[in-house]
Amino acid sequence: MEILVYGTINSVSLALMGLGFAMVYGISRVPNFAHGALYIICGFVTWTLLQKIGMPYGLAIVLSLAANGLLGILMYRLVLIRVRGMSISEIISSYAIGLAILEGLRYGGFRGMTYTLPVFMDGMVIIGGVPVDYHRIVMVVIGILLVAALWVFTHFTRLGLALQGMAQDERAALMLGIDSDFMAMLAMGFGAVLAGVAAISILPLGNIVVESGYHVLIMSIAVCIVGGLGSWMGAFFAAFIIGYAQILSVVFLGSHFQMVVALLAIILTLILKPSGLFGQQKELEDRV
Amino acid sequence: MSTENRRKERIDRGIKVRSDGLYALMSWREMAYLIAPRFILIAGLLALPLLMPGLYWQRVISIVCIYAIVAISFDFLAHYVGLVCLGGAFFIGVGGYIAGIFNAYFGMPPLLTIPLAAIAGGLFCTLLLLPCLPLRGVYFAIVTLMYPLFMARIIEAFDIFGGTDGILGIDSFSSAFVEQYFVVGILLVFLFGLRRLVNTDMGLIFTAVMDNDQAVRASGINITHYKALAVFIASAMGCLAGACLTHIYMWSGISQFALDFSILPIAATVIGGAGTLAGPVIGCLILVPVSELLRDFGTLRIVFYATILVAFILFRSDGIMAFAKRKYEQIERWTQV
Amino acid sequence: MKPDTNPKPPMLRMENVSKTFGGVTALSHVDLDVHEGDVLGIIGPNGSGKTTTVNAITGFIRPSGGRIFFKGKNITGKKPHQIADMGITRTFQIMRPYYSLPAYKNLVIPLFSPRAKRTGGWRGGGNLGDRKTIAIDILEEIGFERDSYIPFKTTSTLPTGYLKRLELARCLALQPEILICDEIFSGLSMSEIASMVPLIERLQDDGITIVMIEHRLRELFQVANRVMVLNFGEKLVEGTPEEVMADERVKEAYFGSEKIEEVMTYA
Repeated sequence: MEILVYGTINSVSLALMGLGFAMVYGISRVPNFAHGALYIICGFVTWTLLQKIGMPYGLAIVLSLAANGLLGILMYRLVLIRVRGMSISEIISSYAIGLAILEGLRYGGFRGMTYTLPVFMDGMVIIGGVPVDYHRIVMVVIGILLVAALWVFTHFTRLGLALQGMAQDERAALMLGIDSDFMAMLAMGFGAVLAGVAAISILPLGNIVVESGYHVLIMSIAVCIVGGLGSWMGAFFAAFIIGYAQILSVVFLGSHFQMVVALLAIILTLILKPSGLFGQQKELEDRV
Repeated sequence: MSTENRRKERIDRGIKVRSDGLYALMSWREMAYLIAPRFILIAGLLALPLLMPGLYWQRVISIVCIYAIVAISFDFLAHYVGLVCLGGAFFIGVGGYIAGIFNAYFGMPPLLTIPLAAIAGGLFCTLLLLPCLPLRGVYFAIVTLMYPLFMARIIEAFDIFGGTDGILGIDSFSSAFVEQYFVVGILLVFLFGLRRLVNTDMGLIFTAVMDNDQAVRASGINITHYKALAVFIASAMGCLAGACLTHIYMWSGISQFALDFSILPIAATVIGGAGTLAGPVIGCLILVPVSELLRDFGTLRIVFYATILVAFILFRSDGIMAFAKRKYEQIERWTQV
Repeated sequence: MKPDTNPKPPMLRMENVSKTFGGVTALSHVDLDVHEGDVLGIIGPNGSGKTTTVNAITGFIRPSGGRIFFKGKNITGKKPHQIADMGITRTFQIMRPYYSLPAYKNLVIPLFSPRAKRTGGWRGGGNLGDRKTIAIDILEEIGFERDSYIPFKTTSTLPTGYLKRLELARCLALQPEILICDEIFSGLSMSEIASMVPLIERLQDDGITIVMIEHRLRELFQVANRVMVLNFGEKLVEGTPEEVMADERVKEAYFGSEKIEEVMTYA
């Protein structure tokens, strides 16, 4: 029971981390290696607004999400748009930006255990003999709502359909009058907001530390690769696989193995089925 | 005069045209033109340890050379074979640990452990990367980025080779002089060796694999074999650098798998000029001392070179080397249209 | 069927080969025999499985069913380089030269392969000491004018006609036993095609078995001695060019209601 409950919670938090990365890659084919940095910076912005300026929690969250989206858009507009299509330059430059943000934050004095965000709701409930605090339940609900909202958005709204069209074939989308640069910019913004949502729902469970930026980046890449790069549904399912595998490894092997499991999952997936669990059509062009 | 009726014109220097190929042997002047840049590089590198004031900066020279070896192995793999390996730290760490183990546990001298680490480490890395070789582009880059982290976690999780403390009490080189000339010499050997290699028929196969692996397969050549060979060459270089690093610091530990060793060589390659092999050396000669100067600022130096990296990718993506080459070989002037 | 009348076993035999791509059937139960010295033409409308056939033979895809034999040896599921090493080479429909290398260095790669080392390259040049020189000789033979330094030009600057020849040269450098040409006439001008046809005929005289996939029927029927027609992944007809032209089903599938003679004059 413990495994089931904590596995679900862990899986949902992994899914939250991975969705943003999956979405950006799925739509614009930009591997956003600054994802972890966007996650952390959203946490710090919220903390600053909350503690230093003294805004109400809700307003701080909305403002910091907006700021994060803007940051993502700026990153695309100023840097990534110039290296679009050169995948290695995309990786290196986005990774460098992420590195600059994270290490800049570290230099700016954000280190140690002093930075925490308040939880949404205090108190806990016993589920099947396992104590679970309300915040974790809220997080699971947010995660599931987010996936549902994304599904509705990409299937039923004009913008969502345009994004999906671009994800499938950028040139065809261009011919149909979809501005691919604008869409990629939006995708980047959405990705940043998703990273922010993940940060705000996960960070109150612990401290805001710069190192977790790298951790989030690795986990989101793991989730996306196992699920198939670019398929966010795949990322969601892969999050459950990795999430449960991690909890199992913690229970039976020890907490050090948590990361090993994720990295092993990436390497195994890439070796056995490089297109991931849900990326079938890419298999031919990537392998043959 | 307005810029509208002027344009910049670039013309090859006469001496460059004449010295392309065999004609170079015809006069001392032309031979000097060809040899001068190579001579400056070799003589400069050999003279550097003598010019440096004090032990600290001499140590920096060794570090520069170690980074430069990793950087040219990255450049070779990325721009001559088409495998972008973001895990330079993986090679460094493996080489460092192997040298550390042989030295601390079996008592071998550094001059034995370093070649041993290069070969054994190269084989080990190639073996581990073998399953990833069919992957391309982004996929290969991501997996190789994961490998050093993976190794660090495994060492941590199983608590082997000293766990988080690392292996202590490793011998250093017999003197600072030996240390510096050893790494400088190895750097030069690798640099000119690789330049020679990429121009042989086998080097052409590597380029062909990068351009179009399907056509290479249709030509009856096993591409996995050649990719593995290239990875072995690059990883052996990286491991050798790692082994030298271990003996310089007399310590090998998890931090040898740190991202620093992956990102700095890449930055140096981008800045120096991708695909030139000499460019990464120049990039390291600039970046490493600068980052040493900024050591007082802590992590700000990482911000600094990340920013430089992005700026170069955006505005000067061909790097310093291409710029210098242009200045050396061509005359630029404004002409009337 | 014809093969039984031929005393020699076929060079290349496809038995019941099928291939499906996630529900779409690209090839279904295709049988094919290619004999030594044949020039076999494979024709069919777009999407009829011609290139899939080539990919299956040369190992670039693994057939979902059936077997392929080369000189009696089962080569189903072998890797592309192993099949090329046995002597089946192919050109690509979308040309795949090494764009960053000069034309003659493109040929150094096949000349470096184990097969070329064994056989000595095209026409058994023997001593492979200087591959670059041999490469230029091959290129000259296939129509690259040495005087105008075309073999030394970077591949990305060459026009389509030369790239098609380069594809062919890359295959020939391996000293192939079976040469599979995937639409080498497409995208060429009439005069370029006219100069390619004698080249194919010369290769045939050299004893190379040739499989050609082609839309240019007139040139194909000029060189081919047998033709197979594919439609929707199935073999429709196989026979001499005359037999195929006479077949009603071929007209139906390939030319619609038009008279085949008319198509032949315009093609």
